[in-house]
Amino acid sequence: MSHNSREKLRITNLHAFYDESHILHGIDISVMQGELVTLLGRNGSGRSTTLKAIMNMVGKRSGEIVVNGENTMTMPAHKIAHLGLGFCPEERGIFASLSVEENLLLPPQVRSDAMSLEEIYELFPNLYERRTSQGTRLSGGEQQMLALARILRSGANILLLDEITEGLAPVIVQKLAEVLMLLKNRGLTILLVEQNFRFAAPIADRHYIMEHGHIVEEILANELKAKSELLNTYLGV
Amino acid sequence: MATFLGINFFALFGQLLIGLINGSFYALLSLGLAIIFGLLRIINFAQGAMYMLGAFVALLGFKYMGMNYWVALLVVPIIVGLIGILIQRFLIRPIVNEDHLYSLLLTFGLALMIQGIFTHWFGSSGQSYPVPEALKGGMRLPFMYLPNYRAWIIVVSVLVCFSTWWMIEKTKLGVYLRAGTENPQLLQAFGINVPLIVTLTFGFGVGLAGFAGVMAAPVYSVSPDMGSNILIIVFAIVVIGGMGSIGGAILTGLGMGIVEGLTKYFYPEASATVIFLVMVIVLMIKPSGLFGKNA
Repeated sequence: MSHNSREKLRITNLHAFYDESHILHGIDISVMQGELVTLLGRNGSGRSTTLKAIMNMVGKRSGEIVVNGENTMTMPAHKIAHLGLGFCPEERGIFASLSVEENLLLPPQVRSDAMSLEEIYELFPNLYERRTSQGTRLSGGEQQMLALARILRSGANILLLDEITEGLAPVIVQKLAEVLMLLKNRGLTILLVEQNFRFAAPIADRHYIMEHGHIVEEILANELKAKSELLNTYLGV
Repeated sequence: MATFLGINFFALFGQLLIGLINGSFYALLSLGLAIIFGLLRIINFAQGAMYMLGAFVALLGFKYMGMNYWVALLVVPIIVGLIGILIQRFLIRPIVNEDHLYSLLLTFGLALMIQGIFTHWFGSSGQSYPVPEALKGGMRLPFMYLPNYRAWIIVVSVLVCFSTWWMIEKTKLGVYLRAGTENPQLLQAFGINVPLIVTLTFGFGVGLAGFAGVMAAPVYSVSPDMGSNILIIVFAIVVIGGMGSIGGAILTGLGMGIVEGLTKYFYPEASATVIFLVMVIVLMIKPSGLFGKNA
């Protein structure tokens, strides 16, 4: 099978386990360069586990995960990021023992065309003002900006973002949508786990719907209207 | 004029000096324990055995290979650190996902075995290691006579402790250490080889004990049980300072040495127990330790 060079991420028949519990039951996902794709679904449907499985952060996995044409299933966890993957965990993962700037500079640069510190601070001026504060002293919105800025600074060009709008004020959610659009226009590839459908709908190219560890539906942006009934049954929105 | 208000300053300062020297060793050993505990969540019971090993490697190197003190000070911590790396890599890593009780028992068993082997080979009586030529003699201060080697111990220990603290608080490597202490899985996902950092940290923490062992060889007698004797006190100090707190381990180590020295002067009967008394009081008032974060 020849590799399509625009395909940044391909997941084939992925199963994942936490101890004895079988969380993902053979999922297939493909994301092309510059696409913004969401994983929608209820809590516990396996969306976060999918992102963690890509980063090799779950117990046991089987199937195939190909990043930039390279199979990562046998790679140790610390090598995965160096393929250009940037992970933003649901709990944001801001380190309390590090300052804002230390948090920002923590991930090693994985690609040469990474955003510079100046560009980051231009995009998120709040972070510049609070660069010497302890990471966890920031507001929820600022912490989310920091979590996002941190992987941009590393040069990652495939972003795995888990529930980045959770619990944030509408004005900050709006800012995040703008940032994601900007990144998408720069050619970055984004896989977004999202609960907030109204945030995801206008910016995403495609949506995968997950339920009980399966991908049950794939919906293109232009099919949203036609399939809104179906979406409601799955998401209960 | 050696006495004032009934206090004999010669005796008091003498005890303070001994306290400060003991405190230097407490600080070095508890610093190693705190670093290891911070990153690995392991209480390394073999830390005392590694201290003893450091003293013995220096002694044997001197006896059989003519290795002088200065070389020992450099080489022995590396040897002991490498032994620590082997222990972490091949004994501790396989059980790292089990209950921490297992690694505690493992290091405790190791400590007993190492001590047993050395007792078997060298007997339990202490052997002496000469004070290096350059540090013989002493200085006469207003209230006391200060042997050069003892001054050296205090200065070097404080320097080593401070440099370690500086490395952890102010360098990129320290940033990785602190982040790894907090969330190793996420640090790994950012592309840092956390298992390697864990192994090297264990080696460094154990190497500090080896370093303390070489420093101790000329002042304490080198014997197989020197490690187990000091380790219980060091554990109490780590608890007082707050588990895993780097600065806490250093300050509490030195401070408790001084407290012990003062007690030896004012109420010698309590000098062997005063540290444990402080530990009980601290645990009752602030269970996370003086410098520990509230869990």
